[in-house]
Amino acid sequence: MQKITKDYSGVVVLKDIDLELKEGEIHALLGENGAGKSTLMNILFGMSVIHDTGGFQGEILFEEEEANITSPLDAMGLGIGMVHQEFMLIPGFSITENIKLNREITRSNLVSKVFGKQMETLDFDQMNSDARQALDTLNIGIDEYVKVAGLPVGYMQFVEIAREIDKKNIKILVFDEPTAVLAESEAQSLLDAVQILAEKGIAILFISHRLDEVMQIADRITILKDGRLVDTVSKEDTSTVEIAEKMVGRKIERMVREVRDLSAEPTILSLKNLRVEMPGETVLGVNLDIHKGEIFGIGGLGGQGKIGIANGLMGLYPTRGEVLVNGEPLKLNDSCASLNNGFAFVSEDRRGIGLLLDASIEINIATTAISAFDKFIKRFAFITQIDHRGIRQHARQMISELDIRCQGPTQHTRRLSGGNQQKVCIARALTLEPEIILVSEPTRGIDVGAKRIVLDTLIKLNKEKGMTVIITSSELAELRSVCDRIAIVDRGVVAGIVPPDASDAEFGLLMAGGKKEVDKRD
Amino acid sequence: MIKSRIQSIGLPRIIIFAFLLALCFTALVLGIPMDQLFSSTLVRVGMNGILVLAMVPAIVSGIGPNFGLPLGIICGLLGVLVTIDLDMRGFTALFTAMIISIPPAAIVGSGYGWLLNRIKGSEMMIATYIGFSSVAVMNIGWILLPFSSPETTWPIGRGLRLTISLEGRIASLLNNFWRIPFGNNQFIPTGMLLFFLFACFLMWLFLRSKAGVNMYTAGVNPRFAVSSGINVDRQRLIGTIMSTVLGAIGIIVYSQSYTFLQLYLAPMYMAFPSVAAILIGGASTKKASISNVIIGVFLFQALLVVALPVANEIMQEGNLAEITRIIVSNGIILYALTQARKGD
Repeated sequence: MQKITKDYSGVVVLKDIDLELKEGEIHALLGENGAGKSTLMNILFGMSVIHDTGGFQGEILFEEEEANITSPLDAMGLGIGMVHQEFMLIPGFSITENIKLNREITRSNLVSKVFGKQMETLDFDQMNSDARQALDTLNIGIDEYVKVAGLPVGYMQFVEIAREIDKKNIKILVFDEPTAVLAESEAQSLLDAVQILAEKGIAILFISHRLDEVMQIADRITILKDGRLVDTVSKEDTSTVEIAEKMVGRKIERMVREVRDLSAEPTILSLKNLRVEMPGETVLGVNLDIHKGEIFGIGGLGGQGKIGIANGLMGLYPTRGEVLVNGEPLKLNDSCASLNNGFAFVSEDRRGIGLLLDASIEINIATTAISAFDKFIKRFAFITQIDHRGIRQHARQMISELDIRCQGPTQHTRRLSGGNQQKVCIARALTLEPEIILVSEPTRGIDVGAKRIVLDTLIKLNKEKGMTVIITSSELAELRSVCDRIAIVDRGVVAGIVPPDASDAEFGLLMAGGKKEVDKRD
Repeated sequence: MIKSRIQSIGLPRIIIFAFLLALCFTALVLGIPMDQLFSSTLVRVGMNGILVLAMVPAIVSGIGPNFGLPLGIICGLLGVLVTIDLDMRGFTALFTAMIISIPPAAIVGSGYGWLLNRIKGSEMMIATYIGFSSVAVMNIGWILLPFSSPETTWPIGRGLRLTISLEGRIASLLNNFWRIPFGNNQFIPTGMLLFFLFACFLMWLFLRSKAGVNMYTAGVNPRFAVSSGINVDRQRLIGTIMSTVLGAIGIIVYSQSYTFLQLYLAPMYMAFPSVAAILIGGASTKKASISNVIIGVFLFQALLVVALPVANEIMQEGNLAEITRIIVSNGIILYALTQARKGD
């Protein structure tokens, strides 16, 4: 692939990417979430999202010839296969049936002679032996006639691979984060299988953000960052540290001058073995101590559990473990208790949890305070009525304080821009006058200018009101520009807590799970 | 400018209003007495108003239009039957019937709400069948319940009659309260309209209270509500109970105006006109206000009242009246349901 450039309505997501793949090579593609790995693969497979949005620039050469891949069918014809992150298997079918789906081996019979090929009998013996052969290639001892439903996820992954290698002309096989859902031992046998395939001459493109795996199996490594090619290196010429550095390295502009050391301040929040069952963001035992008045960052790659921490603290997903607020235990799984203990939450799911989209700005700002703290309520004997004037006044004040650009306090939040919606969410949290404000992905999907204002607001709150701010963000640069300390979450646990001025390599290693390996070597 | 104005009123309402105007004009041309149409529209608005109002807490709390309204209606009927058995008359009987019907409505409503909390996402269909089956169960109940007044039971055998006259009991009490005569022997049912508006006012107060805000929040965005410390299931339960109780009171007001109590299969389809009315009034399956109730019940009932004599004038084939009534009312219901908006 040469000089691949792709933009989605003006926003360039890939710029001049070159990628070369040799026969029998394991080539790893590394990058953070949003670095452009998926887009690149979509181009390779001719997915319709690419062509519906205006195609791409650059060219793809296959065996020295220009290949014009306009649909996944073209890609398959050339012998490019893919093992998906989500399993594309039919649970009610046996392994053989899944492997041979739409490529069934058939025999003609009486009916088919009359009605055509669609009516031919399936040759199960031949299909089973083919499936067996594919499974044996992978060293997998499961029976080919077992139904897929109920198989452990590790085996499902293998069935996917078996299906791809059963296609006789397969030349390139793409693995899209294959170990993301696997346990450690399963991941190991998968990596072994990948190496077996490479030895058979199939070129492997291995997408991952796990440094340890990549270093174990890859021959060459291409690193993407923000849609640009950082480097392509061979494994022998590089080290885990160097790759980690390249993966996250970015110029950091500190918004707060000094990095404060607040370890002398009392501990305001203490998490002990916190476990949160949030789908896709499971937390598997986090221990943290956060000091009063701190701006604390929680970073890490997507799906590793960083988002789950704040959601668990607010009682939105089933949570276990122990949480101490100012030394007092917090009742878990009870959002009322969390609010009453001085927490306020700005959700990462702004439009889903954060806002009432068809209600006015003022109602959005006031609702939680009304429900949880009886604010803006007038009492007449046993009847309560909302204090509309009070709400209006407070909303006006918030609008000017946070510079929310809107037509007025009665405008519905649906029509606000992302940045202004986020400000409304923050205003709602501030109305609760919290001690600790949990902010998840504060700048996701909002433009650069608004990002700055949102972060500035958080810094101001911390300085002026002494609020403890806990920011969860996928954007490491953002955390490093405002936080006093940053915890990196990996595979559901805290991989390490580092100051914001730690080296790029250190962050990279913590995020991509290469830390242990480097420590071992030292 | 014009477009945004149309959007704020809603195209379905404009279409229905235009249709209503056209019908009124035709009625005028055909020489159908307008004063009669006007007064029977008002009567029907008052009769059905509270049943339509019963939809508001259900929609606001997030369970959607209450198709299980027959549950509440049955409780209201029970209340009236008890007052007849106790040989009560006049306003004492009317208000006693309402008070008696509230506890069973609350109990039934909480069971119904508990069930609805277990089937989130498919409330409408299940509620419809809860309504239907409760009617079927009460068919047995009407036969077995130990009522003894000769006015309500069959003279021979056991069980309650199909229709029970309320003449001399609570018939037309609210209709005749402060009634204002006009035109040719027509009158405005002031008492009933005031009662309806008073109920609307109470609901309006409720929606502006803390409890109302909590219910609204739980209805429009359950996840937001949870993060605000609101117990969503509890809000839905309260909404269902309120809706069922209003259904009970609504049928009492309805019956006093109708002057008959209708048992057995009569409550079966009572939910549909109410649902249709509030949807025509501009409510969606997630959002409803008092103005939706008032506009909706007026448009729906006026259409029904005006369409019938007009149709009968045009097609004078004798027994088409009943068929036209069914076509028109079901037609409006169908139109309302197709216009039901999901969110905004």
